[in-house]
Amino acid sequence: MDAFNQLMNGFAIALTPVNLMWCLVGTTLGTAIGVLPGLGPALTIALLLPITFKVDPTAAFILFAGIYYGAMYGGSTTSILLNTPGESASIVTSMEGNKMARNGRAGAALATAAIGSFVAGTLGTLGLTFLAPVVVEWALKFGPADYFSLMILAFVTVSAVLGSSAVRGLMALFFGIWLGLIGIDLQTGQARFTFGLTELLDGINVIVVAVGLFAVGETLYMASRAHTGQDEITPLKGSLMMTKTEWKRSIGPWLRGTLFGFPIGAMPAGGAEIPTFLSYYTEKKLTKYPEEFGTVGAIEGVAGPEAANNASAAGVLVPMLTLGLPTSATSAIMLSAFQSYGINPGPLLLTSQANLVWGLIASLFIGNVMLLVLNLPLIGLWVKMLRIPAPQLYAGILVFATIGTYGITQSPIDLLMLYLIGGVGYFMRRYDFPTAPVIIGMILGPLAEQNFRQAMTISAGDYTVFFTRPLSLTILILAALALTGPKLYALATRRA
Amino acid sequence: MTTDSSSSSPGVARGELIVALGCLALALVVLWQTMEIPVSPLYAKVGPTVVPTIAGAGLLILSGFLLFSAFRGGWQPDEERESQPRGVALLWVLAGLVLNILTIGPLGFTIASILLFTCVARAFGSKNMLRDAMIGAVFALVAYLGFAKALSINIGAGLVENAIESVFFGRKG
Repeated sequence: MDAFNQLMNGFAIALTPVNLMWCLVGTTLGTAIGVLPGLGPALTIALLLPITFKVDPTAAFILFAGIYYGAMYGGSTTSILLNTPGESASIVTSMEGNKMARNGRAGAALATAAIGSFVAGTLGTLGLTFLAPVVVEWALKFGPADYFSLMILAFVTVSAVLGSSAVRGLMALFFGIWLGLIGIDLQTGQARFTFGLTELLDGINVIVVAVGLFAVGETLYMASRAHTGQDEITPLKGSLMMTKTEWKRSIGPWLRGTLFGFPIGAMPAGGAEIPTFLSYYTEKKLTKYPEEFGTVGAIEGVAGPEAANNASAAGVLVPMLTLGLPTSATSAIMLSAFQSYGINPGPLLLTSQANLVWGLIASLFIGNVMLLVLNLPLIGLWVKMLRIPAPQLYAGILVFATIGTYGITQSPIDLLMLYLIGGVGYFMRRYDFPTAPVIIGMILGPLAEQNFRQAMTISAGDYTVFFTRPLSLTILILAALALTGPKLYALATRRA
Repeated sequence: MTTDSSSSSPGVARGELIVALGCLALALVVLWQTMEIPVSPLYAKVGPTVVPTIAGAGLLILSGFLLFSAFRGGWQPDEERESQPRGVALLWVLAGLVLNILTIGPLGFTIASILLFTCVARAFGSKNMLRDAMIGAVFALVAYLGFAKALSINIGAGLVENAIESVFFGRKG
């Protein structure tokens, strides 16, 4: 068992005191930003990207992955106690979780969320451990044409399938691709879209875009919306120890949630929303207590979706680490961290950076244990963080946003760019455009162009190469189906 | 076609129309700037304009869809349409951002941050500006020292930072 040996080697790396410290910092910070509304893992990792100049890659990725997993845990606390989901993946949790909390069972809801996250996170990471080498073996056969088609598939699914509107999702994606094109074209040396500004020759920094959209845009939107008065925090009532029946009722949903979350996360489509919804509706059908759903809150409706969203977080790492294919804003920013280290993400990563990848995977197992401790015995601490009032919270977020941006180059041009993107982000938020496709387009767009060029060079300029390679053709057909399928289905059902 | 944007009636939705026109403008700028990219004959296969052209064309087609939708009553749900954004709050945030960009160069990070912090807190309805300024000062200094000392990233020293440097770290500002 090669993967097993590699994993043991990874544990040796992850268990060094320094890396354990990074893991603890990451999981703690991740939980904190997961709990706080308005801060997400994509924004946090973007703000921390400058540490890639100081810290070695293994440590940085252990930190980032800790933040990523931690945010998934922390998000559930907010959605259970505050009923304002911190992130889209927690929407479902708040449906039943907040009802449980209002009926004095907050303790049980938090416990099943945390333990379910642990079970799913651990199983998902196990899945990652054994699936990653298999995918790599398969991915090594990919040519540039196949890669290009795979990226098209990812583009379509993240922008057209996951959001509420394909047109707005694709608009966001193309905007991101355009942002990614700005600067010198590395292949031909031509400046593109620089409008004569030397500052733009190096391209726009992904930090500026991510922070602009997720911090400045979000703050503007929240300010324009802010209702007077605090959100009501449901007091933490009920024992954190689950009763025997509660355990019994949770185990099934945890495992089923994992089975939904991991495969869907691992697909080039990614996303945590779909598996959480699938899990919720499955549990609602299977439960022996249907009268609790939507009334006093059913524990199955918390256990399943929470497991699904953590398992999908592990799943998303599969295409990221094996194909270099990000399928969420967070993994796109992690990918840009690889680029900042000069590491080429792709199927060779597992062998060329074995210590990094396996150290990272091992640290995910360790991080899950840390997160279980952080989120159960120490839950009171996080509940206190929920009491930070909105004015000071958002003011602090914006101050951090300027640090993260101004700190890169000390150029007011970057700040100006940050505000412009923030303005765009405000309108995107107000008019219901998804923001994640912008980041994915910006990171993945230049890679897609590169693969496109390589494929065209190999085929000596023959455009049909994308349709004559069976693998590439299959992927493109899948992408076309994903784009038109929902529309055709709606049309067919309306006619019938 | 009427310009009134009353909900439920399938007239022209003004907000959405402006957004769609903005997208259209972006598409046109992208296509226009693509034509400005010089193409060297050495790279005949996939030159620097192929992907920009695709991106520009994509934006153009999608703007068409958005315009169509805006003329047919827009895509926003009614409740979103009816709640007017709080303009005063937006102005406070904008004031904070503008003050920040103007002061961060000459006065340094801490003072710029205090101004930003206070204005944003005000935008979210905080009334006690003096208290906010003090919280902002503590926050900014902790952040500054964290970045400057722990990560040794310079985030814009100014009056306050140099004073602290000289007092606590014995270096002249």
